[in-house]
Amino acid sequence: MARPEYMLFDNTTTAIIYGYQQNAIQRMLDFDYACGRKTPSVAAIVNTERSGLHKVFFGKKEILVPMYRTLAEAASSHPSADVMVNFASFRSSYPTTKEALGIGTIRTVAVIAEGIPERRAKELAEIAKQNGKWVIGPATVGGLMAGAFKIGNTGGTIDNILASKLHRPGSVGFVSKSGGMSNEMNNIISRSSDGVYESIAIGGDAFPGSTLIEHLFRYEANPDIKMMVCLGEVGGTEEYKIVEAMKSGKLTKPLVIWVTGTCAKMFSSGVQFGHAGAKADGAEETADAKNKALAEAGAYVPHSFDDFGDKIREVYEGLTAKGKIIEKTEAPLPQVPEDFAAALKAGKIRKSANIISTISDDSGEELLYAGYPISHVIEKGFSLGDVVGLLWFKRKLPEYASRFIEMVLKITADHGPCVSGAHNTIIGARAGKDLMSSVAMGILTIGPRFGGAIDDAARYFSDAHDRGLTPKQFMDEMKAKGINIPGIGHRVKSVQNPDMRVTLLKKYAKENFPATPILDYALEVEKLTTSKKNNLILNVDGCIGILFMDLMRTSEDFTAEEVKNVLDLGYLNGLFVLGRSIGMIGHYLDQKRLEQPLYRHPYDDVAYMLPEPNLE
Amino acid sequence: MIAKIGGEIKVAQKAIREYDGKRMLARLIPDYSEGKVTIADRYVQVTPKTDAEALAGENPWLAKTKLVVKPDQLMKRRGKGGLVLLNADWSEAKKWIAERLNKEITVGTVNGVLDTFIVEPFVPHDQKDEYYFAIRSIREGDEILFYHEGGINVGDVDAKAAKMTVGILDDVDKADVEGNLLGNVPSERKTALAQFVRAMFKLYADNGFAYLEINPIAFTSEGPIPLDLAAKLDDTAVFECSARWGGIEFPDSFGKMRAPEEEYIKSLDEKSGASLKLTIINPRGRVWTMVAGGGASVIYADTVVDLGYAGELANYGEYSGDPTTDETYEYAKTLLDLMTREKDPRGKVLIIGGGIANFTDVAKTFTGIIKALKEFRQKLIDNRVKIYVRRGGPNYVQGLKQMRELGSTLGVPIEVYGPETHMTRVVRMALEAAPKEVA
Repeated sequence: MARPEYMLFDNTTTAIIYGYQQNAIQRMLDFDYACGRKTPSVAAIVNTERSGLHKVFFGKKEILVPMYRTLAEAASSHPSADVMVNFASFRSSYPTTKEALGIGTIRTVAVIAEGIPERRAKELAEIAKQNGKWVIGPATVGGLMAGAFKIGNTGGTIDNILASKLHRPGSVGFVSKSGGMSNEMNNIISRSSDGVYESIAIGGDAFPGSTLIEHLFRYEANPDIKMMVCLGEVGGTEEYKIVEAMKSGKLTKPLVIWVTGTCAKMFSSGVQFGHAGAKADGAEETADAKNKALAEAGAYVPHSFDDFGDKIREVYEGLTAKGKIIEKTEAPLPQVPEDFAAALKAGKIRKSANIISTISDDSGEELLYAGYPISHVIEKGFSLGDVVGLLWFKRKLPEYASRFIEMVLKITADHGPCVSGAHNTIIGARAGKDLMSSVAMGILTIGPRFGGAIDDAARYFSDAHDRGLTPKQFMDEMKAKGINIPGIGHRVKSVQNPDMRVTLLKKYAKENFPATPILDYALEVEKLTTSKKNNLILNVDGCIGILFMDLMRTSEDFTAEEVKNVLDLGYLNGLFVLGRSIGMIGHYLDQKRLEQPLYRHPYDDVAYMLPEPNLE
Repeated sequence: MIAKIGGEIKVAQKAIREYDGKRMLARLIPDYSEGKVTIADRYVQVTPKTDAEALAGENPWLAKTKLVVKPDQLMKRRGKGGLVLLNADWSEAKKWIAERLNKEITVGTVNGVLDTFIVEPFVPHDQKDEYYFAIRSIREGDEILFYHEGGINVGDVDAKAAKMTVGILDDVDKADVEGNLLGNVPSERKTALAQFVRAMFKLYADNGFAYLEINPIAFTSEGPIPLDLAAKLDDTAVFECSARWGGIEFPDSFGKMRAPEEEYIKSLDEKSGASLKLTIINPRGRVWTMVAGGGASVIYADTVVDLGYAGELANYGEYSGDPTTDETYEYAKTLLDLMTREKDPRGKVLIIGGGIANFTDVAKTFTGIIKALKEFRQKLIDNRVKIYVRRGGPNYVQGLKQMRELGSTLGVPIEVYGPETHMTRVVRMALEAAPKEVA
């Protein structure tokens, strides 16, 4: 795989990609496939987070690309990869590029990041020079060799690559500073000639790792390149090296060049063009002066960027007329399978969704809760109750309802360590389980007996109320069914020793709800039950369930369908789970802080009552 | 008109105040000379917010020393402009500052308000003890300039100063500073000056400097003392150097004024990961541009100028780096507001241009622009605005389609082109639609 010195890439070149850039890797392989490469151009990925394999499409089939944690491992496992595409951040681009330049098998490093300190960039350029290596960038999209190899995201999407005929070589060597403009220039060149042979963007920084002239010299040396195109920029003196090289006969191939920034004369002389600490007001660094000098040296310089394409065509047609370029017949465009997501976005295909979400959306620029952007939720001071309203009822509930929900969450947040949820959480924590497992152990006890009375109370009381049963009839009916009335009764609290939580809930409802018909009905029932036994009071679970029914039924904000949903779908259990999780997390953390050992239930607390075995 | 071109032509090198530069030197120079070179940290800054009494309390030397006072606002040739007070006591210095603070002055062609001064001890010395010294960044490394004369009349140092390049990987301790730079200074000063030059170079190299000019250095019995200093830092080095820089400031050049709209776009730009730039060149101009990409935006402005419409170019601006819909909306709104403030019977044109994007979603960025265009519908009609669109890149088909659909309903002529049309051809079309004379 010996290549001439002037060729950085060919159609067997493979690269190590530094950084887990999945899109760029896929685009490189799509390009490879369109070029008819037999092997993909990505040999390996360096991902400092994890090693393993990365799955990626090569045409229609999927292949695996090995992933390493260090560049050293990647390079030693893939000695034939002589390019590194460095996607490291501006902070780590310098050390990683330096490391790459120190590895014998790597010859070219493309540095994508912007914002690398100039001093570091200069060091990298010098190290590369001393070692006979190439740095493309920093601050560039990279470049490509048509039909052979492309760096990262260069050339954009596959349809653009095909439209600009980048999947097969043309006769034009192109180099620019601007990475953004390189894609446009590939397009212009493909419309004005047989297309690019190679296209490199050296990057807009003051001290790029390789310069315009260095790439032009490569193009000069490459017999397959028949003409050159260059896009320069105002500021700096780089273009004068081209002038000198043309004058001294080191560049002889036709060169079409335009230096941008002719508008700079519109700005005051105080403009800083920021290149190389150069004095931007130096007359020789203006675009006009450079264009003039280049034209005088024999380059083809258009009047304006607007004529750039025409000038390229003129030179190209001159070469074909002289027989220096022989146009090849164009093969049919290769078919590259389209990426599903891109095709979907372009509206070319459709697919029915597997999942529907009507409450939240994270697919746009900002997270939405029931249509409300999260910034609105925060900036407008939505309460936790409001957020529950958005995500459970899909709208902002009235203030008093949101406050009621918050009140319920506060009241149900914990009930001491002895209830089954907290107890289970404690046992889990002490068995060394993690937070999620321990809290899940607690949550799993919530059901018909623990916490479930909220749901049942809401159901039975509203049903009895709606059927017009008198409290007495309701009590009798429940007795006949052999069911204790859910939400009635407390282990220690009684008429004389009321539960403060219930008192608070009732007070809030009386003060804020439009009406409380079911609560009123339940209080009538309570009068009867407490007359039998004074601890058969309306308990906190019952009160929450009943008031939630009152809340919904007396407000115009809820439909009958929603009221039914609240009962059928378990909203009320949800409220209890949500509130109680706060306490269970607290218990978990408490046990961990206290470094409590494994819990073992004491023997003396178990009544052992085994059957007599028949040991015959 | 003062303007900066943004986008891909980056200005990583930013000038700092003399006060910040000198204090940095005073703080750091011993570290780069094994303590052999020292500079007394006797510099104070006076701004409209300064409490002179408190300042004098914290810096007793102010009352005991003769002083120099200069505006510290990145202006050149202060001495020649009569903007330096020499050999004054503290009360004279205060009076001199009070007479100038918040006053508008003209330096060259630029007007600006004086609002920052540096006060430092006056160093009595002879003209023959002044030297010129500078370091500048070049591709191969850094170039040191030294001249055995200094001060405001030093002249063309580029032509006459002794120069020495220290290669980017080279060690200044191994370079022949004495031989290359100090040939014309008295031999008894060579050691001290060489030590000074080496320490300065190391400080410069290790702290993200891109330019350092001390003119003059005064050679006194205490050794070399920097009198006037100008410096630029490479602001991309901030992540390596911020601790040593301290709370440094990158002020605008003297007299730089921004219109509120430019200020607003700058604030959007600073908050965003994308790039948003706006410079108003001529608010009465009839050719307005809203171009994607740093490289392309310069070329669009170039083409307007190249085709002879320089006087009509209203603005320079660009958006790039995949801005959000909201950002392009805000950007477009600001621009449309500016261009519809004052009617012109000849009408106006808006060029919504761009090359072929590498990965920016064209349809997404157009969504924000379209929203703004709809909002300004009536004003666009009233101002007889014609719109020319040209763009390519990911999802461009969809983006251009949205623009065409808008054109058919907005009541404002919109012509839409894709990659098949040369990038700047719309400039030509737009200019033909904006004749210099009323048709």
